[in-house]
Amino acid sequence: MTALLRTPTVDTEIALDARELVKTYPGGRGKPPVRALDGLSVQVAAGSVFGLLGPNGAGKSTTVKILTTLSRADSGRASVAGVDVTLHPDQVRRAIGLVSQKPSSDPMATGRENLVLAARIQGLSRRAAHARADELFDRFGLSDAADRLVKTYSGGMARKLDVAIGLIHRPQVLFLDEPTTGLDPEARADMWAEIARLAADEAMTVLLTTHYLDEADHLAHRLAIVDRGRIVAEGTPDELKSELHGDTVHVEFDNSETAAAAQRLIEQMSGLDGVVADGLALHARADLGGRAVPVLLSALDEAGLAVASVTIARPSLDDVYLRHAGRRFEGDHS
Amino acid sequence: MTAVAVPGRFVRHSGFLTVRSVRALIRQPWYMAVTLVQPIVWLLLFGQLFKSVVDIPGFATGGTYLEFITPGVIVMTSLFSSGWAGTVYIEDMNRGVMDRLLASPVSRGAMMVATLVYQSITTVIQSLAVFAIAFACGARFDGAASGIVLTLVAVSLLTVIFAALSNAVALLVRQQEALIGISQFISLPLPFLSSAIMNTRLSPAWVRHVASYNPVDWVVVVSRQALSGSPDWGAAGPRLAALAGLAVLMAWVATRAFDGYQKSV
Repeated sequence: MTALLRTPTVDTEIALDARELVKTYPGGRGKPPVRALDGLSVQVAAGSVFGLLGPNGAGKSTTVKILTTLSRADSGRASVAGVDVTLHPDQVRRAIGLVSQKPSSDPMATGRENLVLAARIQGLSRRAAHARADELFDRFGLSDAADRLVKTYSGGMARKLDVAIGLIHRPQVLFLDEPTTGLDPEARADMWAEIARLAADEAMTVLLTTHYLDEADHLAHRLAIVDRGRIVAEGTPDELKSELHGDTVHVEFDNSETAAAAQRLIEQMSGLDGVVADGLALHARADLGGRAVPVLLSALDEAGLAVASVTIARPSLDDVYLRHAGRRFEGDHS
Repeated sequence: MTAVAVPGRFVRHSGFLTVRSVRALIRQPWYMAVTLVQPIVWLLLFGQLFKSVVDIPGFATGGTYLEFITPGVIVMTSLFSSGWAGTVYIEDMNRGVMDRLLASPVSRGAMMVATLVYQSITTVIQSLAVFAIAFACGARFDGAASGIVLTLVAVSLLTVIFAALSNAVALLVRQQEALIGISQFISLPLPFLSSAIMNTRLSPAWVRHVASYNPVDWVVVVSRQALSGSPDWGAAGPRLAALAGLAVLMAWVATRAFDGYQKSV
């Protein structure tokens, strides 16, 4: 699937600039400290949707926390909308909207009260705050629920309200930290449509973190794969996928001895390269999967190595991740 | 941002955030009702149970034990409910509300002050309810009018002190159970190291000594003096001033705890 959104054509300025960010958290109870960010650098062009893709604990949320002034990096520099996050946090806070992983509305207030409070804190007048709230309720289809307490909202509605809160002051940069985690498929599809519309209409820079490969593929103009606090690959979804020319061949075995023997065999075969082992499975790339597989199967058969299953697939971001992180993606697909 | 804009922002944001809390309180009237059960039990139970304590030679307050203990119950109610103040922050942290606010140009001072004002409003309502019940049960005070006002001022300051402490602990430990444990540990002994339920003239000398440094005792002394109709300002004045000073100090210290919270996220 390709990004639905037009790639920004303007040779624009950089809206987000992080350089060599390092962040270490104390491990606690005798455990060694955790290095959440290990020299992460990333630049995001203004007006684009940029995806940070990686499993839980890869460092995506820590990056968001530093860029949104919630947390400070141990070393490295970062600026948002041209403003240094450490030197002028209050200026950065006026330029950004944050939709954090967790629901960020007050359940004991109505949707409208939540939006108006956020607007007033951002310095909008009472009249402007109410007008902007109505506009956002309308846009997100929440007008009927505007004056209901948020605790009565469904998960999808509450998430839309979170995004509306993030947009209340028309920020230059919007951070969406795992915006669809915990949503049912229908609500997720709905949210995807909203995000796509948002980026197209408002000429806003969006930093999206996700552990859903399909989400990054679908929404981001560019994306970076984060693994163990570093960026291991970056490009448009198509660029990343085309790095993996040809097809991906997945072969599974019943036991690890067979898998290990098969790996040695496949590594020597012509027409298959980039062999990666992952438990009982082997993954390899082939220019023409349909031609490579019969050769592969007969070679394995001759060597007396029993195959449990074989599949051929067009490369996906999953394969990109596997190639760069050296293991399969562990995000919980649903 | 100019130097003039900062206090304006602080005041406006304090207002917005106080309104948020008060609205939530109005929407859960049963919550307020539940917090009144404990002081009513104390007032009625202790008032009956220790009725004859006032007859002990040396106790000599000239009134009933119910009248003696009314300020004590007010103080204990404030102490125990302000100890829970930080749970609001913890709820905000468990949702994304805290992070969202801290990533906005909200005044940190206002985030703190709004919760302290809200806690004081709760304390005033609870204290008035305790007075009403005490009156209904026959308690009478010579200086009722000014006494009630001064009691409300003093107990609100105490609420600010302990709610600020609770908020600071919440920001640093970020965990409900730890917060409750720590605040119970601090607040439980304080009424017993004061004249809240017992005249310290009958207590060991060391308790009297500790009580003179105990903000809980300061409030009880201010309240009893003010309610007596002929207050000894030499005793009440400095204690009221100390309460106000400590309240400002604690609110400032607790606001600094936001930095501690942000270091750990």
